[in-house]
Amino acid sequence: MTTLVPPAPREITTVPRRSDKVFRAVVTLGGMASLVILGLIAIFLSAKGLNVLQEEKFSFITESRWEVIADENGNIVETNIGIGAMLVGTFLAALIAIIVGVPIAVLSALYLTFYAKDRVKKFLVSLIDLMAAFPSLLFGFWGFFIFMSSAEYWAKLINKYLGFIPLFDVPAPIFERSPFIAGLVLAIMIIPIVTSISREIFDQTPLDRIQAAYALGASKLAMIRAVVIPYGRGGVVGGAMLGLGRAMGETVAVYTVLNVVYQINWQVLFGAGGNVASLILLKFGEAGPYEVDALMAAGLILFVLTLVVNAVADLLINRFGGKGR
Amino acid sequence: MSQILIPQPSRPWEVTQKQRVETGLLIILGAILASVTVKLTGLNGKLGFSAAFFFITIALIFIQQLKARDLAAAKDSVLGGVALLAMILVIIPIMSIISTVVIKGYKGIHPTLLFKDMALNSVNDPITEGGLLHALVGTIIMVAGALIISFPIGVLTALYLTEIRGKFARPIKFLVQAMSGVPSIVAGLFILSSLVYPVTKELSGLMGSLALTILMIPTIARTSEEMLLLIPNELREAGVALGATQWRTVSGVILPAAKSGLVTAIILGVARVIGETAPLLLVTGGGDSLNLDPTSGAMGSLPYYIWKAFLTGGTEEAFARAWGGMLVLLAFIFILFGLTRFISGRRVS
Repeated sequence: MTTLVPPAPREITTVPRRSDKVFRAVVTLGGMASLVILGLIAIFLSAKGLNVLQEEKFSFITESRWEVIADENGNIVETNIGIGAMLVGTFLAALIAIIVGVPIAVLSALYLTFYAKDRVKKFLVSLIDLMAAFPSLLFGFWGFFIFMSSAEYWAKLINKYLGFIPLFDVPAPIFERSPFIAGLVLAIMIIPIVTSISREIFDQTPLDRIQAAYALGASKLAMIRAVVIPYGRGGVVGGAMLGLGRAMGETVAVYTVLNVVYQINWQVLFGAGGNVASLILLKFGEAGPYEVDALMAAGLILFVLTLVVNAVADLLINRFGGKGR
Repeated sequence: MSQILIPQPSRPWEVTQKQRVETGLLIILGAILASVTVKLTGLNGKLGFSAAFFFITIALIFIQQLKARDLAAAKDSVLGGVALLAMILVIIPIMSIISTVVIKGYKGIHPTLLFKDMALNSVNDPITEGGLLHALVGTIIMVAGALIISFPIGVLTALYLTEIRGKFARPIKFLVQAMSGVPSIVAGLFILSSLVYPVTKELSGLMGSLALTILMIPTIARTSEEMLLLIPNELREAGVALGATQWRTVSGVILPAAKSGLVTAIILGVARVIGETAPLLLVTGGGDSLNLDPTSGAMGSLPYYIWKAFLTGGTEEAFARAWGGMLVLLAFIFILFGLTRFISGRRVS
């Protein structure tokens, strides 16, 4: 006769098993990938670009020249490299994009959240999500072939009636391929992302407050001013910053639409300008070793700029709700 | 016994027939005034008319509301009008872009397009010669390569954020967000400076894959994280309550439950990079003939093919070729997008 011996009770422990230790280590390692990659980008771009930054000092960001003078043996005698014009162009085009794009995006987010019927909303939301997936190349082509003539029309109109403001003056009547048009194309490119972030934030507005406003007799406008805007302001600003980051780093669309010219151009309607990213694409093909290093330095500056803008955007969005996209 | 008459409930908020007619009249009046404006000022053409029409109509509705009701109602109606205008301004480019690609790209499509490469042809040859086989294959190889690297990293990042929730969870989340803002050209420059110049000294498809990886990881990580957060906590607790280790819970319960979500993450990641142009222009070399080996030799890709036809051509044929390539690319994006909708639609049930 055998006696049934109950199995010894399993040892209860809070120490993770070996499999869990391995699992946690692997996952943590994988989780650090973004830190490692961002760090590597900074390190390698600095390694290539720092000598140029040391050579050119501050003139690298203030001057706008691109001269490498070599003697007959191919030794570089003198270099004057500065990306000032391109930095100005980057901010100019991105600012136009924000000024035009963000109001449209926020208003359409308001329309989607508070005006559209459910089925219309669903359709429009997927349309806008689809637009967010369009490649920048497509925006560039469309901007160049289709949108240019319409944008030129508005540029001429602004120049005709507001030409006395220096910003809208032009030295010669060339309105094609101007920073203004590039800015408009960038505006169209950032609209989907700003719209979807604003919509997410508006959707999270507490329903009880909305209904309280209505119950007090508020109109839609009054409700939006009193409840939605105070609630969503920070998040929407964050979304706009995210759009700014995208617009600053955009390469192909700007390169296609804009007439890249190496001079500082404040006259937004005139067909000359550039941005750092399109400069890299333009100069890369014919660049010698020193110029490649200069391009790396330009890339480093662009990287740092977008990182800062994105960091601020992220802080704002996380603080004020919304998942970000 | 007298019948009690229940009065029909009135609906004062509903739009009456009279109001509809009034609005219609206002719109017609707006159109007339707009055409007068177009005649009198520098606004001309369709664009000027639409702009004048919209603003005049909004102003008319404002005045009408102000007379019929009060200032608050009038302002309210203006907001409605402007919001609708913004929505229309968003839809117009989308529709314009899609129709342009379909109309222009149609000319660049021919039956053998998908079976020939451009090794023996220039972009200015008639459309029927050459094709984009090399570009299609190159894009598939590069995107697949990028996916193989970035999917594990992305999912591990998501698992760290949702399952382990270590003390670095917040900074990691922040860094992933920051990484998604890295300009694509910087990714290309990074691969150039870290691998191409010091190590391989050759442009190849693998370099393209690696550049795309940098752009793909944040998309996959964020989407997977969202999907893993949707898994109910009860599943995790049930797994642990049954005596499973965390590893067993994640591999046996959480990941299978999140399977369709992870597929969505893959699709969104692919959609993010499939049309990416700038880094590929820097690091792939963009060959014209079919190249199946990603480790050596220039490799074509769809964006490169379009870019080349657009920049080096100049003839009708070259532009048709570029738009044809664009149509193929857009078709890919549509299919990927449809797939995500299909998957997320199924998951709800």
